[in-house]
Amino acid sequence: MATFKAPIDDIKYLINEFLDTSELVEVPAISDMTADLTDAIFEEAAKVSKKLLFPLNRTGDEEGCLYQDGVVKTPNGFKEAYQEVINAGWGNLICKTEYGGQDLPHYIANAVDEIIISSNMSFSMYIGLTIGAYNAIEQFASDELKEKFLPKMVAGKWSGTMCLTEPQCGTDLGLIKTKASRQENGTYKITGSKIFISAGEHDLTENIIHLVLARTPNAPAGIKGISLFLVPKNNVDKDGKIAEANGVFCTGIEHKMGIKASSTCAMEFENSNGYLIGTINRGMQAMFVMMNSARIHVGIQGLALAHASYCGAAHYAKERTQGRALTGTKSPNQAADSLIVHPDIRRMLMTMKAYTEGARALNVWLSFKLDVSHHASSPQARQDAEELVSLLTPVIKSFLTDIGERVTSLGIQVYGGHGYICENGMEQYLRDVRISKIYEGTNGIQALDLVGRKLPAHMGRFLRQFFHPLSNFLTLHADNEPLTPYIKPLHKSFSRLQKATLFIAQKGLSNPNEGATAASDYLDLFGLVAIGYMWAKIAVQISSQKGSMPDKFYDAKMQTGLFYMQRILPKSGALLSSILSGADTVMSLNENQF
Amino acid sequence: MTIETVAVIGAGVMGSGIAAHIANAGKKVLLLDIVPDGVDNRNIISQNAIQKLLTTKPAALMHKRNAKNITAGNLEDNLKDLAYIDWIIEVIIEQLDLKQALYKKIETVRKPGSIISSNTSTLPLSDLTAGLPKRFANDFLITHFFNPPRYMRLLEIVIGPDTHQKAVDTVTHFCDHELGKGVVKCNDTPGFIANRIGTYWIQTAMLDAIRLGLSVEEADNLCGTPMGIPKTGVFGLMDLVGIDIMPHVLQSMVHSLPKSDVFHEQAIIPDIVNTMIDDGYIGRKGKGGFYRIKQSNGQKIKESINLKTGEYSVTQHSTLESLNPSVKKDLQKLLSYDDKGGEFAWSVLSKTLCYSTSLVPEISNNIEAIDRAMKLGYNWKYGPFELLDKIGVDWFINKLKEKKQPIPDFLSVASGKTFYTFKNKQKMSLTLAGDYQTLPREKGILSLADIKQNQHTLKSNPSASLWDIGDGVLCLEFHSKMNTIDPDILSMIETAIEIIPNTYKALVLYNEADNYSVGANIGLALFAANVAAWDQVEGMVKSGQQTYKAMKYAPFPVVGAPSGMALGGGCESLLHCDAIQAHAESYIGLVEAGVGLIPSWGGSKEMLMRWMANPHRPKGPMPAINKVFELISTATVSSSADEAKDQLFMRSNDGITMNRERLLFDAKNKALQLADNYSPPDNQPVSLPGATARTALNLAAINFIQSGKATQHDGLVADQLAQVLTGGETDMTELHSEDDLYTLEQKAFLSLSKHPKTLDRIEHTLETGKPLRN
Repeated sequence: MATFKAPIDDIKYLINEFLDTSELVEVPAISDMTADLTDAIFEEAAKVSKKLLFPLNRTGDEEGCLYQDGVVKTPNGFKEAYQEVINAGWGNLICKTEYGGQDLPHYIANAVDEIIISSNMSFSMYIGLTIGAYNAIEQFASDELKEKFLPKMVAGKWSGTMCLTEPQCGTDLGLIKTKASRQENGTYKITGSKIFISAGEHDLTENIIHLVLARTPNAPAGIKGISLFLVPKNNVDKDGKIAEANGVFCTGIEHKMGIKASSTCAMEFENSNGYLIGTINRGMQAMFVMMNSARIHVGIQGLALAHASYCGAAHYAKERTQGRALTGTKSPNQAADSLIVHPDIRRMLMTMKAYTEGARALNVWLSFKLDVSHHASSPQARQDAEELVSLLTPVIKSFLTDIGERVTSLGIQVYGGHGYICENGMEQYLRDVRISKIYEGTNGIQALDLVGRKLPAHMGRFLRQFFHPLSNFLTLHADNEPLTPYIKPLHKSFSRLQKATLFIAQKGLSNPNEGATAASDYLDLFGLVAIGYMWAKIAVQISSQKGSMPDKFYDAKMQTGLFYMQRILPKSGALLSSILSGADTVMSLNENQF
Repeated sequence: MTIETVAVIGAGVMGSGIAAHIANAGKKVLLLDIVPDGVDNRNIISQNAIQKLLTTKPAALMHKRNAKNITAGNLEDNLKDLAYIDWIIEVIIEQLDLKQALYKKIETVRKPGSIISSNTSTLPLSDLTAGLPKRFANDFLITHFFNPPRYMRLLEIVIGPDTHQKAVDTVTHFCDHELGKGVVKCNDTPGFIANRIGTYWIQTAMLDAIRLGLSVEEADNLCGTPMGIPKTGVFGLMDLVGIDIMPHVLQSMVHSLPKSDVFHEQAIIPDIVNTMIDDGYIGRKGKGGFYRIKQSNGQKIKESINLKTGEYSVTQHSTLESLNPSVKKDLQKLLSYDDKGGEFAWSVLSKTLCYSTSLVPEISNNIEAIDRAMKLGYNWKYGPFELLDKIGVDWFINKLKEKKQPIPDFLSVASGKTFYTFKNKQKMSLTLAGDYQTLPREKGILSLADIKQNQHTLKSNPSASLWDIGDGVLCLEFHSKMNTIDPDILSMIETAIEIIPNTYKALVLYNEADNYSVGANIGLALFAANVAAWDQVEGMVKSGQQTYKAMKYAPFPVVGAPSGMALGGGCESLLHCDAIQAHAESYIGLVEAGVGLIPSWGGSKEMLMRWMANPHRPKGPMPAINKVFELISTATVSSSADEAKDQLFMRSNDGITMNRERLLFDAKNKALQLADNYSPPDNQPVSLPGATARTALNLAAINFIQSGKATQHDGLVADQLAQVLTGGETDMTELHSEDDLYTLEQKAFLSLSKHPKTLDRIEHTLETGKPLRN
């Protein structure tokens, strides 16, 4: 049986000591976040996760969702747990107070997110989708729609979805066929089929608010002719009461590799009432807002399951005894030493720990930049932060979900055969996390977004927000002798990232294949350096001023950071070589040679 | 005979413009007009016209002092002065009786052998000379200038049966060499060459756009760049020349062309155009035209007219698939594209090309003359026959057959052939009989385009090529995007420096693009700066410095031959040449301050050393430093090659060529002259005043900031410039080598490139083509 413990110490350290929130010191929503308050939030979240949600993780996986006659039943215990979680306010941390939310900053809410997801990813989806829909409605819908739908969604009474994918189109949304025809009264009738709709139908809430991409009859072809509509499962009358059904049907659920307790639905819309969100034909714009916050959220899923797997592996490595330490017996009273004495087990655990804690720091740091982009007093500071978040969104989505896959696989490896069988719960993490590399834009698409959109935007201006502070950081600490083992490898890998960036910028102009074949390696290189930057910042911060954590915590941090710098970050060299080798080896075979 | 004195009669826009351009050529010109009733100042019309020349935009004069070459006068008191004039140009109203009356007056006073010409564009020569003495007809021809005379390179010449060859040769030589015009001989037919075809094209495009329901922008996008026509297209062009002119031009053409001419089919003024003219929407000189600029909240918004409703609205994004870049850039694909854009493109181009073909030999039996007229007079990239070769004559004929359109005889003759061909390195053109005739190449013209047809490059990379232009001279051609200087161009200069010694004698920097070079490729530098790759940025500065320095001290002469813009890094390439042979229309300057940088490929250094060495400067280093500080900090660009000499972007003994077509020949000659006993220049150290002088320069900059003429960041850029120009931490006792100044340039550049406001400026300029004041 896997064990679970929320990463509460690490989160407290990151929020209370590591993160420099001085940039927003004048914003009440941020300065109100005293350590006492946030510590209490995290401890409470940890409790809910461990006691309520983690026990449902395994059973939910085994039971899965049940589909019968258009109705989806979630696994036993989900309904009650959902009520409890909602009642405790975990479903609306970032929502505005005017709709009944708590208006917490992102760097707090996203840390809580990790805790909740790591205990039960399937369960967390039902809440996460509602938040995604909330974001799009809040930003783009008319006041009338907002007043009608948001309070109920924020209260968790109604949930939300995003309906993008259709049988013939996933990545290429320009091919969408679902129709929207305008009615006399300004509303629309929506007709069409959608697939892979997470939380499309379930028994947790009395209504489900679908955000549907569709096309009006005379809309231009392709991506520029798509509009976004709000389509409730059940109509809502003018008093906000549930009225008759709205022609929204679930025609089946998918049987899939992981997140089995999350219902993945095929949906039919038959002449359903729909309400336009934002401008006609500009649906992708609203959808991108939804997707950008969703993409960070998916990155956190990778981090969360990496953490869950690490918890199990670390526990097991200390408990399980096999073989003797190479340097001499450690536990003479036992038949064998614990796994953790073995260097290769250590290597795996250190890798898991270094990636996971580094990713967590990146999440907290970038989530705070998201808050800066909303709250900073100067427009320039807001824009700079927005560009940084925009640049790093594909990195956090892809690199953190890659880490999720890598770490959960190592978690199984630490267990050996006992990780491969279902009984210990380790294989579930790998199955669950695997989807995070696929949905919300595959990791390949994220890499293309980074290389094709974010990198060339305004002749590389977005890059400036990441590269300049990092360059200044390196200059500032270049002579910091004790930190050389951290600074020097970072410097080296940063130079590699600069080189790769200029190479792609130059080559990609003449041949788009050059940029595209380098994209995934480039994103990996970017992610490695970004997390290396976090570890170096941690090292600088701890070596200059220790806070209230126990000494062994700081020591472990310094050592784990060193492991990252010395044993993981050097992978940047291989990635650079691969990038500089150009497109030919990827593209040279004829199609019939495959 | 040579022409030394010229008189222009008629001081309207055209007359005064012609007078100004003759003054640009350094010739004395008498500008005459009538004496209005009841005025005291009898020269008032021509005097006002000369006054106006000083402020017209674009400038009619290449240098303000050229106005002194023009003498104002009137037709009564100064008629007698025509007795001393070599060439009399009549530019009065297009009215036959008035012109003839004037000619009779002129005939009484002019000296024997003087030449008279008319700038008419609508009256036949035979009518103009009717009833006048034979002596007059012997010395008379039509010289048709295009507006504005300084900038439009076409000059159409029409001669009558009586015109003496000597008069034709004299005028042709003068207009070609002194005025820099492309002289094209035309037959005496309505509209001559350029306006006959050009007006037909404009009318066809306008009527077809209305017929097919295209927007103004769509029509201009289709009927511009894809066909090698300026991006103003047809509606933008009409706004430029004045929509009110169209009815007059059409009327005269309709009046004089035979009924059988297909021109009549297109000679219709649409209702909307009549309404626009009545309401004063006659183009840029009026309230607006097909386009107009609306001021809204201090922002300029471009609007265009709806050809159906006459309402103006902001430019709408077109949904025409034929406007997709993949279609637009492939002319065959565009002409066959199945939407109304493709239909429009085909309709306009096929009619225009067929009409042009059918006009041989009526307007000229020389297809090259027709192509040149359209290229020089309408700024088309290709003349109609060149365009037919480009599209494919047979492809075009088949398409006409497919569409059941008639095929002009001459086009059938061309079937299976091309209109132009090369034989033994000679360019030849197709005749009506179907064989080829050699096109005579005049002495003094060297065309890189022709050379490129006939030889392989010596060396080539994506941005530059080396060509052997004969007699031991190599030509280095830039061909990067907008001819920006990038690592490839620098490496080609290095290559030239390697291969020229021993095998060749000299190098010319020359290309035939609109602009010599708009500057260094700062896109690369911006990217490097954005990712904080400072060693890369520094490397880019150093490599430019090293290359230009190597070029300056190479053991062979280098001549820079610019035309159009030579800015920033492009200007710096010229500053490191031994000599410049510039086209008169060269706009040279160091504009780096505009993007928050300073010239660092030796431009600051070279200008400083030039002004310090200027024998005319007052004593002490400060006047020179002040001047260079002013030129660079205000990003001054010369308005002509003549003016560039004042600013020392060119030296006083550098050459100026009026005719663009003669530039390479002149530059090559200059290079050969220098190649005899060539020795590279000496490296002269300078002493500079240091910090106190820097403070003085900064005070000047602070004044500009306080008066709102400059921003804080301008001040910062100026300070970095001041550091370089005053020698950094130094005083007058120290000597500075060129290398010291290079180091100062590097430091200043690097420091500025780290500043976010500089990066914002670069980005803005690259993205919008406009400067950012921040």
